[in-house]
Amino acid sequence: MSAFRFTIDGVEIAAEEGQTIMEAADEAGVYIPRLCDHEGLRHQGSCRVCTVKSDGRSVAACTQPAAPGLVVENESAHITKLRRDLVEMLFHEGNHLCPICEASGNCELQAMAYRLDMTEPTKFPYLEPCRAVDASHPDIALDTNRCIACGRCIRASLDVDGKGVFGYIGRGIHRRVSVNGDNLADTDAAITDFAISNEVCPVGCIIRKREGFATPIGEREFDKALIGQDIEAKRDD
Amino acid sequence: MHDIPMTAMSTETPEKRALASADIESIRSICRDLGNDPARMMDILLQTQDRFRCISPRAMEVIAEATGLSRIAVEGVASFYAFFSETPKGQVTIRLCDDIVDRFAGLEEVVAAFEEALGIKVGETTADGAFSLEYTPCIGLCDQAPAAMINDLVLTRLTPARVQALVTDLQAGARLENVILDRFDERSPYERATRMVDSNIRHAGPVLLGPVPEDAGLEAAAETAPKQILRTLETSGLRGCGGAGFPTGRKWRIAAETEAEKRIVICNADEGEPGTFKDRVLLTERPHLVFEGMTIAARAIGASEGIIYLRGEYAYLRPLLEEVLADRRARGLLGSAIMGVEGFDFDIRLQLGAGAYICGEEGALISSCEGLPGEPKTRPPYPVTRGYKGFPTVVNNVETLCHVARILDQGAQWFSGMGTEGSHGTKLFSVSGDCLNPGIYELPYGLTVEELLQMVVATDAAAVLVGGPSGTMIARDTFHRRLTFDDLATGGAIVVFNGERNILEIVEYYMSFFVHESCGYCTPCRVGNVFLQKAIGKFRKGLANPADIDYLRDLSDTIIETSRCGLGMTSPNPILSTLENFPLVYSAMLKPSKDRIRATFDIQHAIDSARKLAKRRSHIYDKDFTK
Repeated sequence: MSAFRFTIDGVEIAAEEGQTIMEAADEAGVYIPRLCDHEGLRHQGSCRVCTVKSDGRSVAACTQPAAPGLVVENESAHITKLRRDLVEMLFHEGNHLCPICEASGNCELQAMAYRLDMTEPTKFPYLEPCRAVDASHPDIALDTNRCIACGRCIRASLDVDGKGVFGYIGRGIHRRVSVNGDNLADTDAAITDFAISNEVCPVGCIIRKREGFATPIGEREFDKALIGQDIEAKRDD
Repeated sequence: MHDIPMTAMSTETPEKRALASADIESIRSICRDLGNDPARMMDILLQTQDRFRCISPRAMEVIAEATGLSRIAVEGVASFYAFFSETPKGQVTIRLCDDIVDRFAGLEEVVAAFEEALGIKVGETTADGAFSLEYTPCIGLCDQAPAAMINDLVLTRLTPARVQALVTDLQAGARLENVILDRFDERSPYERATRMVDSNIRHAGPVLLGPVPEDAGLEAAAETAPKQILRTLETSGLRGCGGAGFPTGRKWRIAAETEAEKRIVICNADEGEPGTFKDRVLLTERPHLVFEGMTIAARAIGASEGIIYLRGEYAYLRPLLEEVLADRRARGLLGSAIMGVEGFDFDIRLQLGAGAYICGEEGALISSCEGLPGEPKTRPPYPVTRGYKGFPTVVNNVETLCHVARILDQGAQWFSGMGTEGSHGTKLFSVSGDCLNPGIYELPYGLTVEELLQMVVATDAAAVLVGGPSGTMIARDTFHRRLTFDDLATGGAIVVFNGERNILEIVEYYMSFFVHESCGYCTPCRVGNVFLQKAIGKFRKGLANPADIDYLRDLSDTIIETSRCGLGMTSPNPILSTLENFPLVYSAMLKPSKDRIRATFDIQHAIDSARKLAKRRSHIYDKDFTK
């Protein structure tokens, strides 16, 4: 395995052949915003929030291989604006009403909006989906109106749990996450699945029943720190 | 017509009805005949849809069990393609092409005639299950619009009278094939195809549509070392004819030089760019040349397997292509030791699509061939190094492969001597819209749009769409531009609009097309295009304000820069190129603000849901309150 270096926003990053830009950045303590990517899961490259400019070309950092001498632009005003547009698109595609959502404070979409300074009323129209909530399962509920189609639950269930409880159906704006059966109770989903754990669903779509508000608002993950600070804390300069 | 029914989604309960045991056995036998191979999912679903007119959740379970997949995996594929349906379709399913060219050619009257004759609206199925009526995007028959698919056959130049006669005959119990074409069974596949659809060759050039000696290119290739074939192609200057224009020789060389136990050649016959129909004509008139080109590709890169991916809309050409393949196998032009050359083993299977424009993108096309939803693949790796099932795969357009066969016969110099520097050889242009002679023109690269317009007799052209909606819409002042890779690059679609056409109507249609055809994998293309479509709708309704021009540009830039594949990287082009070349069309629709209320604020729309809930009209905002 050959080692090499490249730069992100002027910072030298050590990388090995086979690593993606994001993998190398994570190790070096440089945070590249992302939503569909999650440590331990296959890279998907679908949310595009990790878009960076690599040698002048816009690519998804989670799937783009690192290469010797690359010059990567990450947190410039231009890239941050693109990311804000993408996060706004996700907000407007679903129903993301933070004040009434149990995930508030733990929600990566919300946290990303704060990190990207999404502080003004947005310009996009609301699509206001109206999908039935699936509360059939004794321990789990599914509100896909809050789904951002990141597919983390799909990969977690398939690759980690070895189950395949979730999958994408439909095309285009109708593409969404669905379950392997008539409803969630019809699948072999269990509350102990990694796919159902709090870390996999970045928003409030997968709901663990009877656990709501166990951690009070104000004491939650992103109430304490910006998203990405755990990775940035690894930086040794 | 194209609003997105977000609220109507997924509220229906899944069908709980169990399948009859005979039906289960029937689905199992479909799967068994295809080796219970999940990679053959497209064929399994196509046959299931054909037999049952739908793919129900129960059917998905049977398929999943047979192929060793989960039901959600099967559902993921079945729900991706427009021609598959979870609920039963009519025995006769009529898919009206609702391309903008068809609309301008009288689609509305045709729709009205169908709706009246069948007693259903578009999107519905008759109560007796006999007929379904729906819209589908461009089916590659713009030169003889309005057109429709009827099951696996097609009808062109539809008129209300023809519709009436068709429905009457079918309702009287006549067989569909015979209603569409008399003595259907007696005719050869070629005759059926050309009687249903005119090839409309208006100008034959020296390479593809003039006289072509049979298999002369393959004969030459069989006697040439693979490395020399690669050199010949590189020297010829041939570039891909599907739109992107990648040098063919270079593509092949990378595949040939990648270590692998097996290599694959795929012919992309999924032309779906609205206004393109050149490959339809090649597949009809030069099918041998297409397969000849594929076989030469196989020799050059050392491939043993070939696939021709035929768009579902061209299902009517399948019998013709299968006949040609069988004939070539019988004559030793496919199979083992082709033309007696030891180790030259290659065969081709036909993979039919099922209504998805995105499958023209090579990664999505490979996904579809593998039995997956038609989603582009993450690049790198590129298909030439890791494509179909992980093997190095060359994907070439139909026209490109035809050129290959001719280059091997006539030589690289002959080919590169035609056209211009950087754009060698001839190109097929599919011309449709407001002109006297729509059809196919084979011309050397380098012609101006003006010269082409004279040939097709488009005397009152006001706007020309070069390369389809993902290309460029130009106005009269730039008709001097040239059709080359360096100026106006095109996969061949040329759509002409006269001065009476509403540019914004055209743009709105094309945006609705991209919304319909986005695979939905990445955020910007899935969501951003919906926002663009809605914004154009505001202009159409006269509700746009000056800031909306910047909004269109800004949103377009984000979509282009962050999208994962070529669809999203080009989908804003109808807007961007008309903003650039037809700015007055937009500014004429702008409304300045007044009374401190944004003119773009639609009060009627805003209060509508409250009005419905309250079941009364607004005293202040309903002007006709007294009525």
